[in-house]
Amino acid sequence: MPGIVCQRIRVTGVVQGVGYRPFVWRLANELELHGWVRNTGGGVEIEVCGKPPQVNALIERLSREAPPLARVDDVRAHPAERKGDAAAEFVILDSDGGPATTTIGHDTAICADCLGELFDPKSRRWRYAFTNCTHCGPRYTISRGIPYDRARTALAPFPLCRDCRQEYERPADRRFHAEANCCAKCGPRLTLLDESGAEIAGDPLAKTLTLLRQGGIVAIKGLGGFHLVCDARNAEAVSALRERKAREEKPFAVMVANLASASSLVQVGIGEPALLEAAERPIVLMKKRHAADERLPGVAPGMAWLGLMLPYTPLHYLLFHEAAGRPAGTAWLSRPQELALVMTSANPGGEPLVTGNDEALLRLSEIADAYLIHDRDIVVRCDDSVLRAAPGGFQFLRRARGFTPRAIRLPYPGPATLAVGGWFKNTVCVTRGNEAFVSQHIGDLDNAATCSFFEETVAHLLAVLQVKPERVAHDLHPDFHSTRFAADYARMRGLPAIAVQHHHAHLAAVLAEHGIRDATIGLALDGVGLGSDGGAWGGELLHAARRSCRRLGSLRPLPLPGGDRAAREPWRMAAAVLHRLGRADEIERRFADQPAATMLGQLLERGVNCPPSSSLGRWFDAAAGLLGVCRTMAFEGQAAMLLEGLAERYGEMLPIDHGWRIDGGELDLTPLLAVLADETNPGRGAAVFHATLAAALADWVRGFADGGRVLGAGGCFLNQVLVRGLRSRLATHGLTLVEAQRLPPNDGGLALGQAWVAMNSDIEEH
Amino acid sequence: LSHGSGGRAMAQLIEELFAAAFDNEFLRQGNDGATLPVPAGGRLVMAADAHVVSPLFFPGGDIGCLSVHGTINDVAVMGAKPLWLSASFILEEGFPLADLKRIVESMASAAKDAGVPIVTGDTKVVEQGKGDGVFITTTGVGVVPDGRELSGDRARPGDAILVSGTLGDHGMAIMAERESLGFSAPIESDTAALHGLIEALLASGADVRVLRDPTRGGLATTLNEIARQSKVGMMLQEKSLPVNPEVAAACEFLGLDPLYVANEGKLVVIVAPEDAEQALAALRAHPLGARAAAVGTVHEDPHHFVQMTTAFGGKRIVDWLTGEQLPRIC
Ligand SMILES: [Fe+3]
Ligand SMILES: [Mg+2]
Ligand SMILES: [Zn+2]
Ligand SMILES: [Zn+2]
Repeated sequence: MPGIVCQRIRVTGVVQGVGYRPFVWRLANELELHGWVRNTGGGVEIEVCGKPPQVNALIERLSREAPPLARVDDVRAHPAERKGDAAAEFVILDSDGGPATTTIGHDTAICADCLGELFDPKSRRWRYAFTNCTHCGPRYTISRGIPYDRARTALAPFPLCRDCRQEYERPADRRFHAEANCCAKCGPRLTLLDESGAEIAGDPLAKTLTLLRQGGIVAIKGLGGFHLVCDARNAEAVSALRERKAREEKPFAVMVANLASASSLVQVGIGEPALLEAAERPIVLMKKRHAADERLPGVAPGMAWLGLMLPYTPLHYLLFHEAAGRPAGTAWLSRPQELALVMTSANPGGEPLVTGNDEALLRLSEIADAYLIHDRDIVVRCDDSVLRAAPGGFQFLRRARGFTPRAIRLPYPGPATLAVGGWFKNTVCVTRGNEAFVSQHIGDLDNAATCSFFEETVAHLLAVLQVKPERVAHDLHPDFHSTRFAADYARMRGLPAIAVQHHHAHLAAVLAEHGIRDATIGLALDGVGLGSDGGAWGGELLHAARRSCRRLGSLRPLPLPGGDRAAREPWRMAAAVLHRLGRADEIERRFADQPAATMLGQLLERGVNCPPSSSLGRWFDAAAGLLGVCRTMAFEGQAAMLLEGLAERYGEMLPIDHGWRIDGGELDLTPLLAVLADETNPGRGAAVFHATLAAALADWVRGFADGGRVLGAGGCFLNQVLVRGLRSRLATHGLTLVEAQRLPPNDGGLALGQAWVAMNSDIEEH
Repeated sequence: LSHGSGGRAMAQLIEELFAAAFDNEFLRQGNDGATLPVPAGGRLVMAADAHVVSPLFFPGGDIGCLSVHGTINDVAVMGAKPLWLSASFILEEGFPLADLKRIVESMASAAKDAGVPIVTGDTKVVEQGKGDGVFITTTGVGVVPDGRELSGDRARPGDAILVSGTLGDHGMAIMAERESLGFSAPIESDTAALHGLIEALLASGADVRVLRDPTRGGLATTLNEIARQSKVGMMLQEKSLPVNPEVAAACEFLGLDPLYVANEGKLVVIVAPEDAEQALAALRAHPLGARAAAVGTVHEDPHHFVQMTTAFGGKRIVDWLTGEQLPRIC
């Protein structure tokens, strides 16, 4: 045929398991092209023949009109041989099984089309809790390996019924090759168990709601693990949950039906509706309304923020649907709903999230009154992601469900690297070419179960990415499980193990994410990380490059009376400051409720087990202790969070004059703390602390930088009041703050920085 | 004390001091070495221990008795009956003779009480600034009966873990003394010779797999060593760990974990599960084991983790530390 051309096209990115092939099929049919499309290890490969304008139109629309869950990185077309006997139709071929450079998709919330079916009494998916399609539903959490097909997912034990098979095989159907497709006839089922594990007869959803309304605690199987759920408006239920979950004071996250229901609890700010309603459905930290503590007693006491999320699985939606009286249609979804549920991760004792049914009955027996389970396995454990709106977008506090295993683009490729992260809030990172895959949040490596989860995650990531690491990167601290694992892993495989200093890694993560190639000045502000001089660093002004790092200055060290104990007891840090101010005689009186207070002066005087640390986190603790905001912490970061909340509520303050001293690169905040020691209003004190700290940090940085960018990383960058102040103070000196956007600024982002330094460690700096 | 030529008289004096204090038939031979009878049957066990401690005198003991107890215990945890000791002193010039006399007498009475004579020894005096008062190295020889096998690699899944008494007393006593921390209730070192307790335990017939004295690095370090040697994991119960209240309070205040604090008169016993009760009863019947307790069990674990169930029901790893406890909370 004259005028007919053929093109072979390769599409890379997230293009598998997201309805990409049927999208190509529909496009080709519309443009009257023939040829084929198939999945390859590297993405999707297409061959099309037809008239040149149509072929060009297809190539152009391949990325522009890609389905919602797809991400097209690259489209490359080459002229192809035209096969004489090519069928005059367009067909979808099976996978070719070549080497993998693709990944499994991420989990997303149920889509609008599926919701329509879920609440349509005439649909065969009316109230079916596992409804999904190629545009929505579980991916990462149900996948055992790649390529992504049903046999490698948790749906493997559920053969498709005739109707489902038809949907699966029809290219024009929304469920064409939807690997998790199923229905009430052929798919997983819900079961409600009582506390002894016996099945409760009747409709599981209706019974669950009854239990919740009676103040019960139900363990509900979610996407990446179980939640412990109770009625957020029921003070007794909430306090029972706290008590059974080992008396913690940590704020709970709450699920509400929709944005309309959220606005009575929180002040919805710019950008927040989009975050709440995003298909990734993270927990979003939002500013609490004054009435929120009354409406949700005990849910987030003392916090200025409330973590909210919207339903994301059909099961979640069905609970709200049940509470709304099972209305037909979706109109109720936009109206405010009364039901609010505490949804907290079922991770008793700080161990990883419960994922298995039997495991739930075993590990949650002291907590749950009932278990809403089902027979679709959770293959990969994945916590809820937590984020908050921030200037110019959002900030991660925890990156997991919905975001893993999406790649972060590196500025250029390098050797495949496994980076194992730190000890707290551990994540790991695997690089492949110019992509970095940071794992879901793993947890604190202080217990065996989390250490095992860490090792499983390393193995799973390497398997699904089909990467053989050439380098291994780890923290300097010799006693982290991650460090020891890295050393063993590298030794057994004869690979180089590269130790990366903690704060260098924090800043390198920002360099990597933003593709900054030049060595850049940066602030690494956090709790404690081991310094290259063996000291406990944590308030560092560094000159950070891809390979190396120079310490320009640090905060004036404070003694930590009692080592890590001081990191849990802010009153000890306050005592350290009083001692420095020559006011040690006040320690006993101020902290009379602490049995050790009588002796702490002695400890500080003699310097027994008082390792010095330049940590900014500990200066925060000292401030909180001096202001009487927090004496001992019930959870990590509590003192700083309370202080931030107070400052936020108090409003802007000016920095105090002479609140800091800078001496040869060292920033000393002692004068500021001396003022706080005599402050009687904690709110004003908190506001003054934040304002003065921001001014002091900017003043300090200014001495080393002349215009341009300043990197910022470390857990203290979660503090929005500090960051806001710092950003504007730096701006007055012509400096721009650059922070992490795709990862949390805390230790959850450490692995990326470690990987980036290790990848560059042989490459000449220029 | 002085050294060099002027110190000859002094050396003479020291020798006389030792001879008088340690007096026994072997020392009386007056040779450079002691001639000892070959024990009938069994195998010989020999252990050496160098003792450096600051301060030299502390509540409950001093470097003298410590150097006797430490080496006797190293021999005894092998299941051996300690027979003889040697002792070498490195003295710093200017060290007060009265202090030396006190130390030597303490050693002598510790050896006498234990029934293990010091049969040979040596003394050197170093220049001022080249030592820290006094260093004492002792060596012990003992004999273990045939058929008795105690070794760090013999812990098996299911075995019970016992300790013979409270944890952390020695380390805290030393620290309190060294730093002059005036606790309301004084803490005494637990320094003691354990061979009697061990003999009583083994005589009970319990199938004991491993014995150790959890000295430097405390129970945590000792159990981690055994876990690695035996390729097993261990689970401790926090609430069953015996700790003196004043030690617990001091640890709390100092931010130290009693599991990592040194003991000098305590025994870790790993025993077959069916004999745990019997072993515990035997320990408790002895004055040095009155507060013995079952603190955990051995299980299979490819990681060889030592873990602990905390008072709140959580589990945490009781880690083996590379060096001192470095701050790590970020
Ligand atoms: Fe950090
Ligand atoms: Mg020894
Ligand atoms: Zn859908
Ligand atoms: Zn079906």
